[in-house]
Amino acid sequence: MLWEVEIRPAAGQVDREGERVLAECSGMGLQSVSTVEAARSFILQGELADDVVTEISRTLLADGVVESFSIHQLDAAASDASNSSNGSHLLNVLFKDGVTDNVANSALKAMKDQKVSVEAVATCRKYRINKSASEAEIARLSAKVLSNDAIEHVVSGTLQMNRISLGGEYKFKLTHISIRQMDNAALEQLSKDGQLYLSLEEMRTIKQQFVDLDRDPTDVELETVAQTWSEHCSHKTLAGRISYEDENGPRQFGNMLKETIFAATVSIRESLGDDDWCISVFKDNAGIVEFDDKQSVCIKVETHNHPSALEPYGGANTGLGGVIRDPLGTGLGGRPVCNTDVFCFGPPDYPHDDLPRGVLHPKAVAHGVVAGVRDYGNRMGIPTVNGAVYFDERYLGNPLVYCGNIAMIPVGKSEGKVSPGDLIVAVGGRTGRDGIHGATFSSGELDEDSEMRSAGAVQIGNAITEKMVMDVILEARDRELYSAITDCGAGGFSSAVGEMGEETGAEVWLDKCPLKYTGLSYTEIWISEAQERMVLAVPEANVDEFSKLCSSEDVEAAVIGRFTDSERLVLKYNENEVADLTMAFLHDGRPPVIRKASYKPEEETPLAVPAKDRFDDDLKSILGSLNVCSKEWIIRQYDHEVQAGSVVKPLVGVNRDGPSDAAVVRPELESNRGLVISCGMNPRLGDEDPYWMAASAIDEAVRNCVAVGADPSRIAILDNFCWGNCEREETLGTLVRAAIACQDVAVAFGTPFVSGKDSLNNEFSYEDENGEKQTVVIPSSLLITALGQMDDVEQAVTMDVKAAGNKLFLIGTTFDELGGSHFALVNGLEGGAVPIVDLDQAPEIFAAMHKAISGGLVESCHDLSEGGLAASAAEMAFAGGLGVTLNLAALVETSNIDSDAVLLFSESNTRFLVEVSEQKAAAFAERFNNLPCVEIGVVNDGDQCSVAGTSGQTVIESSIEELRQVWKQPLAW
Amino acid sequence: MAARRQSAYQRKVYDFLMATPRVCVLRAPGTNCDPETAHAFEMCGAKAERVHLLRVLEEPTVLSGFQVLCIPGGFSYGDDIGAGVIFSSHLRGRLSDALHTFLTADKLVLGICNGFQTLLKSGILPDGAAGITTDSDSERDTTLTWNDNGRYTSLWVNLANLSSNNVFLRGIDQIEMPLAHAEGRLVVRDPSILETWRQNGQAALCYCSPPAVSRDESTGNCNADHWLTAELEYPLNPNGSFANIAGLGDATGRVLGLMPHPERFIHATQHPEWTRRKLRGDGDGLKLFRNAVEYFG
Repeated sequence: MLWEVEIRPAAGQVDREGERVLAECSGMGLQSVSTVEAARSFILQGELADDVVTEISRTLLADGVVESFSIHQLDAAASDASNSSNGSHLLNVLFKDGVTDNVANSALKAMKDQKVSVEAVATCRKYRINKSASEAEIARLSAKVLSNDAIEHVVSGTLQMNRISLGGEYKFKLTHISIRQMDNAALEQLSKDGQLYLSLEEMRTIKQQFVDLDRDPTDVELETVAQTWSEHCSHKTLAGRISYEDENGPRQFGNMLKETIFAATVSIRESLGDDDWCISVFKDNAGIVEFDDKQSVCIKVETHNHPSALEPYGGANTGLGGVIRDPLGTGLGGRPVCNTDVFCFGPPDYPHDDLPRGVLHPKAVAHGVVAGVRDYGNRMGIPTVNGAVYFDERYLGNPLVYCGNIAMIPVGKSEGKVSPGDLIVAVGGRTGRDGIHGATFSSGELDEDSEMRSAGAVQIGNAITEKMVMDVILEARDRELYSAITDCGAGGFSSAVGEMGEETGAEVWLDKCPLKYTGLSYTEIWISEAQERMVLAVPEANVDEFSKLCSSEDVEAAVIGRFTDSERLVLKYNENEVADLTMAFLHDGRPPVIRKASYKPEEETPLAVPAKDRFDDDLKSILGSLNVCSKEWIIRQYDHEVQAGSVVKPLVGVNRDGPSDAAVVRPELESNRGLVISCGMNPRLGDEDPYWMAASAIDEAVRNCVAVGADPSRIAILDNFCWGNCEREETLGTLVRAAIACQDVAVAFGTPFVSGKDSLNNEFSYEDENGEKQTVVIPSSLLITALGQMDDVEQAVTMDVKAAGNKLFLIGTTFDELGGSHFALVNGLEGGAVPIVDLDQAPEIFAAMHKAISGGLVESCHDLSEGGLAASAAEMAFAGGLGVTLNLAALVETSNIDSDAVLLFSESNTRFLVEVSEQKAAAFAERFNNLPCVEIGVVNDGDQCSVAGTSGQTVIESSIEELRQVWKQPLAW
Repeated sequence: MAARRQSAYQRKVYDFLMATPRVCVLRAPGTNCDPETAHAFEMCGAKAERVHLLRVLEEPTVLSGFQVLCIPGGFSYGDDIGAGVIFSSHLRGRLSDALHTFLTADKLVLGICNGFQTLLKSGILPDGAAGITTDSDSERDTTLTWNDNGRYTSLWVNLANLSSNNVFLRGIDQIEMPLAHAEGRLVVRDPSILETWRQNGQAALCYCSPPAVSRDESTGNCNADHWLTAELEYPLNPNGSFANIAGLGDATGRVLGLMPHPERFIHATQHPEWTRRKLRGDGDGLKLFRNAVEYFG
């Protein structure tokens, strides 16, 4: 029997979902849609009497205070009025087969706990649209608002079903691929059709391997090689040979990353000698550094761009879920303490009708991505404390979603070691068809048909499962029940077991893996990227205790194989051997990737500053621009205080709406030692010069960290490169140039890179109206994440001005650097010099700033970034609810600049605006002996942000309330 | 002599144990505020133990060894079919007898956020011991459901204590705390229930505006009842709760459920304006935990 329980808002209750959909309709101009009534339903399969269904609906499924429900049988002659269209268009939105349905799974389990004999549950969303709505607009509504056909399908009219699909039959059949007979064309076809994304040379190497072995590979062997050799898993481009050339001549890299970014860390560690505070860098799932004598701290930032383009909610959801598993699978397991997220979207007001086929509207993408991160982080109980959002039209078809996680690892638990004989134990979620080919898919480029081709790649997470897994893993770690751990990420078991067993060998029993449903082939089990799974090496003697621990918390654990000393990867399905590869071929057999890269610096053109008397409008345009404006709509949806470690929140000040430079978190409740988390990124500068873009991103991340009180000698940084297709020489050239800057700046600052990740091929191709192929490449997007530390969180400062009468100091030198600035953006100006970084002076400024803050001399401090001095002063004023008066004439002497526009809006690096009390002003200024430090204004008890220009005239005088409103309004969704 | 010395020693141990209440911080799959909640109790001198629901379901009598039961915040069972619904179905089922015994003894029960949702949906709030044995055919009259703005919301609120008898709120007039939830809007079937709650001191915590409201010295009651009828909009009443109610007690004053998180204000540095107000030391949220511990002192 199949029952449907339909649940609607009770009389007098607001139908929020209906209202939301109607608002979307009017936004899209669907004028014939005038009423939308939303309902949700549970579909229950089982031999159930109607009174049982009624009782379970009343006590479990519906909330009788605010909802009403009705039940009817779906498989009976469907004549029940409540299921009929009832004089309106009825649309039912159901998940496609195999898509994770967390609500249905929880409902099923809860009903079984109550001894209800239900076999399966599915959920459905139902919408009743006014009869007069046009078919065309309803079709548009279904496709664009009600459902995402990557995961859902819409059934129009009365729902008719006979049973809930529960997987299918699977009959074992070993498949061989006759690769030895294939010519080049056939090899390339195989790579493409099989979604292997391997180059011809790689395919030829595989062919030769099997010619030498005198046999054909099985399908799962070929898949295993493709996963291991994918860009996503092996970073073959950036860690490969690159022949680079720029204005300084040619340079050959044997391993580009190793010779730039890793090299910086190596040289910093060498110069620190015994004071080296890095523990594990660039080798595990996350980088680890020292924290105190009991705990180390580790950090990782990942991207989940292509999945988020197709299904923003699921993509971002599993993006955060995935990066949380990185620290959890680092060393012997870290306890996550906070998350970060940075997003890049297309403009939210982009016209619906101009969207290329296959592209979701950027506002829908933003909504989905934010909800995805929100639901995972909040449910895991990990605060999301720092982030940023950037908008650019080039992110339209290829948005970026960066998620980071920071975790604590007890001292001495930073390394695991697999021993032959250890059992391979899979813990957590079951394996389904979700996420097949994610690793290889993410290594290719997006186009309008990606959605069709990669439906299997779309995953939906279950944060509660991961939370439960985390709880048992941390307990098992402390009881020393396992010897090594890693997460199942891209490539699934294939990557996890392949990496863990690289030095030893492994035999895996694929038939022992717990499955979500029947019907999966051995290959699907092996490469599935189903979420919330970890792989552990458990010594045989500990397996019973480990299993008992798991079952005491209702976590599933299964022994799926054993690590061996054979240095081979052997896969079995029941008695059948389905793969036998040497670890050597898998990990070292890939032919080196050799690429060319070149960079030609653009001729710098002057930027013509428009002549103006007043700059109030420029300031307001900048504060109201999408990259600068308040992100409160996002921040308030995140729990940033769970775990009770919050010290400096994302929003601060008298109205709790001023933008913090960085988050301060106390990771151990008993200690006052703090972590400081910030980021730096400026894709706009990448269009001008990738070297200074990278340098500026590092400077920004570090100065944000220092601005709240971090010790600059203890800041670790991470790189995340999101770039276009690096097979193009000039695209790779910009990346290499940015990597060289990373090396130079990291060494100058003494700020080691401890981990990083790259995501290449961030492009979107589509056919325009003339049938021509258009490719949109994202801006070069380098995110730098900084992880700082402070001895005592009570020394932290926030950016809101505190009291009238306090003095304002500008620290750092202002240069004529309006190139790529927001002043140029809002005025439509081209050219100009981009901000550079003074590699000698910057570290001295950071050190002096830190001494001033830790010495208690600073009332508030804000870094200068987009919008320069004017934007920072305005933000500090409205955050503190007090007036500020600045005098630009004070800057003329040190900067040698007399242009008000440049002094107000230049985005020169390494600058802070600092509030100091009158009594401490002298002591403060003394800290900056020989460093640029100018008293530039005062805090007053008025309500204006006032700036006097170089010749004394008023150049800005705006009310702080008005500035606050223009800053808050754009994304107040 | 030896016997008497031992007896004195035993008495000392007994006194010590009685003054150190044992707190059961009950966690279900998806509960996530249990460590900091246990920590808050321990800071105030209690002995707090994080206990998994599965363990209690196996052996409901474990509860009898505790003086305080606390259901902390989080997303029990993912809140997948409504906040606290599945957790509360376990309380109403196999644990109802043990809970009834617990509630009729001179013991305390605290539910924070998801814990409040769970207590409310189990019937323990607002009816206390009577609620957990109520015939399951009767309909609940009160619920916590989706915020007016339709989404998860995280911010700090001002709260007024309206209850003269709730143990957890002793000595508190107004208090600030953070909240973070999607389903925190209190809805009742029949608004007339407010009068009963008011008389019993059950409408315990209300969202309010910042200026302090003083206690009416002559009656010992709060004249803060004003907040029950005040028109407060977001963000003062962030979810649109009926009568601005943020926390409910039972009639005995030994049970409290609240949406805001006192365990997230145990250090002054957790306050959003600590750098402005130059706050140091303990946070005000500790008062609720200290009251619970002192009840057994």
